[in-house]
Amino acid sequence: MATAEPKTQTGQLETWQGDVEALRGLVSERAMTGETMLLNMGPHHPSTHGVLRLLLELDGEEIVTCLPDVGFLHTGIEKNIEAKTYEKAVTLTDRMDYLSPMSNNMAFCLAVEKLVDLDVPERAQVIRVMCLELARVASHLVWLGTHALDMGAMSVFLYAFREREKILEMFESISGQRMMGSYIRPGGVWRDLTPDFLPSVERFLSEFPAIIGDYEALLTKNPIWLDRTQGIGVIEPEEALDLGMSGPSLRGSGVNWDIRKAMPYSGYEQYEFTVPLGEHGDVYDRFLIRIQEMRESLKIIRQAIDRLPDGPFRSNNRKFVPPPRSELGQSMEAVIHHFKLWTEGFSAPDEEVYVSIESPRGEIGCYLHGTGGNKPRRVHFKTPSFMHISALGKICQQYLIADVVAIIGSVDIVLGDCDR
Amino acid sequence: MEIAKALNPEQALRDAHPAALVGVKTFRDELTLVIDPAHIVTVAEFMRNTPGLLFNYLSDISAVDYYPEDTRPGRFGISYHIYSMLYNRRIRLKVFLQDEEPTVDTVTGVWSAANWLEREIYDMMGITFTGHPDLRRLLMPEDWDGHPHRRDYPLGYETVQFSFNAEDIMKHKPFAKE
Repeated sequence: MATAEPKTQTGQLETWQGDVEALRGLVSERAMTGETMLLNMGPHHPSTHGVLRLLLELDGEEIVTCLPDVGFLHTGIEKNIEAKTYEKAVTLTDRMDYLSPMSNNMAFCLAVEKLVDLDVPERAQVIRVMCLELARVASHLVWLGTHALDMGAMSVFLYAFREREKILEMFESISGQRMMGSYIRPGGVWRDLTPDFLPSVERFLSEFPAIIGDYEALLTKNPIWLDRTQGIGVIEPEEALDLGMSGPSLRGSGVNWDIRKAMPYSGYEQYEFTVPLGEHGDVYDRFLIRIQEMRESLKIIRQAIDRLPDGPFRSNNRKFVPPPRSELGQSMEAVIHHFKLWTEGFSAPDEEVYVSIESPRGEIGCYLHGTGGNKPRRVHFKTPSFMHISALGKICQQYLIADVVAIIGSVDIVLGDCDR
Repeated sequence: MEIAKALNPEQALRDAHPAALVGVKTFRDELTLVIDPAHIVTVAEFMRNTPGLLFNYLSDISAVDYYPEDTRPGRFGISYHIYSMLYNRRIRLKVFLQDEEPTVDTVTGVWSAANWLEREIYDMMGITFTGHPDLRRLLMPEDWDGHPHRRDYPLGYETVQFSFNAEDIMKHKPFAKE
């Protein structure tokens, strides 16, 4: 095969001379002399799960340095929230981790509720748990499909998205939107469950365990899958903690930390479920954990349906929660509250709170600082994808370039979540 | 292995580094220890390594800009949310920094997780972390002018200029000044 490289007059191969000098200190000295190769992976690479650019320094096929470059999806969500009232900001949080918008809503709403000391009725808490667990399953299904697709197992992707669609239809039925529902609001949820929601959840609960079995039949003992995942991307527990990893990626290394157990919110302490743990901290263990987590989520949803109490789905505190539409025709007070809340919004004290929840990817923390007025002074989201991408450089070292794809898939990143 | 009894973080810090602790605040059961910025690394190491404290997990570092208020000790606040896996509790360390060239020492040596969190703050708030191994812009483009999360950074529009705020607005304009 003829080579296509341009040749200089002296017959030497002309190599690309970019601004390598700017990378001094970040890549090894060998890259400076051209001994190792610098390669851009992304931002348009299909296996980077969004617009992530990795600058790889390669010695043959081996990764010497991996420098993640993010920010391509930065949309200034945190800055924008500073100009919105608390209730209106909820819609922006949907757009961060677009594979599980419910978790973002939840983190933000919990922070607001903590800041203004707002109660959440029992029924709303149970509905929230149901939605969060459905969102976890939906998010893990996207992860499973794309992770397997990255490594060449294409059919899993189609099966996983088929099931995810069912969950999105349930979300559509309660919130009117498949993905960006903004269903969880400060003080409870937007509306009560629709009549067709619970039957469709029941149907899903009865069908889905067998379908997880199908996924496992395709992958868990598949020799190609084992070859590609076992012993790849190993993270020691101490290292994972030091790097700030969380969620299934941390538990894959055997660290038993699940915020639903450690610092329960929304009544998670009343549910029985186990937290699956890995042993080796490799890609395969993280895969097994997420599969197992889907089964545990089903258990939680089952218990939530059984315990779902009657009662209000949103707090009755009219100073923070708008009155229902039906009251507006009869009560002058309701009209005033409605008007005040949809124009000015409610005020929160000039204090700071930090709340974290267990999202499908790990710890989503919401730092919220009020001003005493109706808009926040500062919102900061600590997102799991952000921490996991920052850890990629450490995890990828010494593995082959083909393994990078497996490792990115196994820590389950969403770039909207990272860049915000 | 015997597990050391959990210590009260405030009391422990007061005993070990009395000069570092500037203030204590509790709001909605969240303990905030206000730290003198000069001592932040000492305090971070103390919190991470002392038996009975062992805050071995850095959850988050958030920066907040208090512009234009001047009721607080400094214009910028940085909150370190640290968590102890063993004792299952979280506290907040807080430092206040002045308006002119806000600088604080990096805690990347204590928790590696601080690396990107501090880079983000450098990018968004313009706070410099001395000793940081790789302090470059993270989310914004390299050649970006200004730090978007500062409260005096306009949000898509320009503040209307009156005689009382003209000077302040001109100060933050990007064009060359004489």
